[in-house]
Amino acid sequence: MAERTISWGPRGSNKLIGTETARLDGVDKASGFAKYTADMNQEGTLYARLLTCKHASATITRLNVESAKKVAGVHTVYLFKNEGDDCNWDGDIVAAVAAETADIAEDGVRAIEVTFEVKPHVVDEQDLEAARKAEVTKEGIVDRTVGDPDKAIAEADVVHEGYYGIHTISHMCLEPHGAHCSWNTSDDGPRLIARHSTQAVSTTGKQFASKFGLDAADVRVVCNFIGGGFGSKFAADEWGWAAAQMSKDTGRPVRLMLDRATELKTPGTRPSGFAKVTLAAKKNGLITAWKSHHWGTNGPQGGTIDGNQMPYVFDFENKKVEATGIKTNCGPNRAWRAPNHPQLCAITDTAMTDLAAKLKMDPIDLYKANLGQLDKVAAENGDLYRAQLDRAAELMDWKKKFHAHGESGSGAVKRGLGVALHRWGGQAVKCEAEVRLFEDGAAQVSIGSQDLGTGTRTVIAMVLAETCGLPLEKVTAKIGSSEYVYGNPSGGSITVGSVSGGTRRAALAAVWKLLDKVAAKYELDGTTLTVGNEAVWAGDKKVCSWKDACRLIGSVPIAEVGASPLDDGLTSKLVGGVQMADVSVDTDTGIVRIHRMVAVQDCGLVINEMTAKSQVYGGLIMGIAYALSEERIMDNKTGRYINADMENYRLPRIGDIGELIVEMYQPDSEYNRGVVGLGEPPVISTGAAIANAVANATGVRVSVLPMTPKRVLDALKGGQA
Amino acid sequence: MQEHEQQRHGPGGFNRRDFLKGSGAAVAATAIVTAEQEAQAQKKGSAPVQGPGKVDVTLTVNGKQHKLSIEPRTTLLDALRDQLNLTGCKDDYDTTSCSGSDTVIINGKAVYASTRLAIEVQGQQIQTVESLRNGDQLDEVITGFVQNDAMQCGFCTPGFVMATRAFLNKKPKATLEEIQDGLGGNICRCGTYKGITECALQIAKGGA
Repeated sequence: MAERTISWGPRGSNKLIGTETARLDGVDKASGFAKYTADMNQEGTLYARLLTCKHASATITRLNVESAKKVAGVHTVYLFKNEGDDCNWDGDIVAAVAAETADIAEDGVRAIEVTFEVKPHVVDEQDLEAARKAEVTKEGIVDRTVGDPDKAIAEADVVHEGYYGIHTISHMCLEPHGAHCSWNTSDDGPRLIARHSTQAVSTTGKQFASKFGLDAADVRVVCNFIGGGFGSKFAADEWGWAAAQMSKDTGRPVRLMLDRATELKTPGTRPSGFAKVTLAAKKNGLITAWKSHHWGTNGPQGGTIDGNQMPYVFDFENKKVEATGIKTNCGPNRAWRAPNHPQLCAITDTAMTDLAAKLKMDPIDLYKANLGQLDKVAAENGDLYRAQLDRAAELMDWKKKFHAHGESGSGAVKRGLGVALHRWGGQAVKCEAEVRLFEDGAAQVSIGSQDLGTGTRTVIAMVLAETCGLPLEKVTAKIGSSEYVYGNPSGGSITVGSVSGGTRRAALAAVWKLLDKVAAKYELDGTTLTVGNEAVWAGDKKVCSWKDACRLIGSVPIAEVGASPLDDGLTSKLVGGVQMADVSVDTDTGIVRIHRMVAVQDCGLVINEMTAKSQVYGGLIMGIAYALSEERIMDNKTGRYINADMENYRLPRIGDIGELIVEMYQPDSEYNRGVVGLGEPPVISTGAAIANAVANATGVRVSVLPMTPKRVLDALKGGQA
Repeated sequence: MQEHEQQRHGPGGFNRRDFLKGSGAAVAATAIVTAEQEAQAQKKGSAPVQGPGKVDVTLTVNGKQHKLSIEPRTTLLDALRDQLNLTGCKDDYDTTSCSGSDTVIINGKAVYASTRLAIEVQGQQIQTVESLRNGDQLDEVITGFVQNDAMQCGFCTPGFVMATRAFLNKKPKATLEEIQDGLGGNICRCGTYKGITECALQIAKGGA
């Protein structure tokens, strides 16, 4: 009897896993057939619009919605706030109006009588002294000293002091946050159906349930497609409750999506961070001390980026890290793809490149000189960074193209290279997958998971098909509904490991049951049988077709639930990643152009090479966005978010990205360690790599991201951007 | 004006009905009547006052005529999505500064559906993304998007498909530079530009 073990097949044995496979829902998405929450339009659906506060800080002195209710076609009004309540940022939601059409809902919003007592505000997150004067700082939220940094600095061969920063950005999901809610009055099924744009199909139901005094089982959350989340769509949110309440009040389905301006202002941002950094090193590049003080805002709470992970990836014997939070009248923060990491990287890796310039070293050599000083997490990556740095340098043609800091020639357009690196966890978490095999040969996996565009649906189908020895089109993958077994919220790059591990375990268990039935019929040892090419095999001898095997199942399908995570080698944790940028800077206009970006990224066993690469391309492009153009711009005088629209919140267009070269780093050791998540890491070091390339090109550090033409020109003129 | 654009949905915000009221019978309301309608109105000596209540509007969408009863302020976007359930035309909930997720083809030209009133595009040939799929028959742009994984969340994708279709109709042998220029009117947040570029290049080179 052979032993049955849970594992992936040996590398090279796979038909689907590791291939470039087009996503299963691609045609539906590209042809507009895929229905998102924002598309839900049932018989009788009412449409909602929002009243928001236009002041950064104000108290509502009068709020009368009766005139809104009298507008013909308006059905109900939901109050987020009442008279006497405070509004704490421009875009804070006051009320929602539901009406026959969106236009009528807007009429209703305009009919609301509302007055505010406007109060003083602070929206400047960069000027620390001004914030201190306004008494809105939280000092010492991190204050940590290890070793004796001052002594190390005094004894160092070279000391570098620099100022670095990165502004707040919004998630800018193209499909805004929102929900379409309807109540079911029949005896069957759940009572509340929330078609919610969510990264957490399995966990938001209970938030709706507790709000309305229901059992979690009485709420069905549905999200087959989500138009972007990036970390900001985990909760039911009050606008979700508002849609449900207004639906309850009216007996009609209600669709409430945030308008674009509110989408940018209210459901989350990525916190800013500005830092003064001191680095000390020996002549050979070995860094002996790090000192930093950073500040920034995450909105009214008064936090900034996580100082406990500063410096990033590296940890030095002597260090002092301080952080000051600033309470601002800006919208609150939410997890933004790789929370804290892009900002930490944009402070650490920029300072390291500047130190390299001072040492007249190639920054790659500086990294290599310090690979013995990786932080506890990154140290587990071992020699990964050395290999990834070398491979990225090859792809960039670094050796040939690299020149010393600022030595790009005398022309107005300067060209330069930059490098940065990152780490991420990506470990599988609690998740289930249910696999069912039917007597007609059908194979189905269902998970209360969601596909953020990462390709989750396709990945779980690939794992099921591979495990059953079936072509992809002969299996079904169902996700996007809370009626299925528990799926983890998709945040932290944990989903691919969680769902693929669970699916593999369930599918193996189901296939083994099937093989036992085949073995019983053909009087064989079930543990020696295998599946492949739509058949059951004993060695290289075909026993029966998959269909014939499934006929043995009978009317009760084989159903197996696979759990995640388990320590059985299917999944692992921790990735590295190296990125490089080749840019030119027009010193007359301040415009930075990307020529080439290189990303070398590991993530263990790659299930779908195509969608994995797409994650990295996407990370690079989002990185280009926050490096060069994208930021929340607050007007100090009015306290308002003045670029909260598609045009003025600047994102790169199709011609702005240069040539992108992505390589999934996957020697056998990566395949053998199993699946690790990939969503966040590729967005982390892009900003620092581009910033370093600009510094290398011009010989001047543009301190603050995004490096808009104005900041570049200011830096070139010697001013601090 | 800046504030108005910001406050589409707030008190004092710009509103199509207010705009119609404000402009009254003035023929200068070029934003709401086509040049042709305007010329006709001048000929008759009266301005075409429509609404503010519901009016009959006939739209020619994907070769089929649809009779709608909608307010004159209804955008083509809302009419397609909420009246005809053609939700491939995606609403990014901005006004005229938009991501292009609502791109349709009108008389051969790529147009943001949120920037047109339904009433002003009567008689014009409106093509939505749904027309590129007929059962298993797929337009090469859709196939190309799928093969090049030119999508992630997929929300901008139908708009990009329509922009690509309209662009390649005009420039079937487009170069890389022309593609980067010609598709610059649409925005993707997930970062799918590489796949889109490759799809367009592939078709322009006679592949797909």
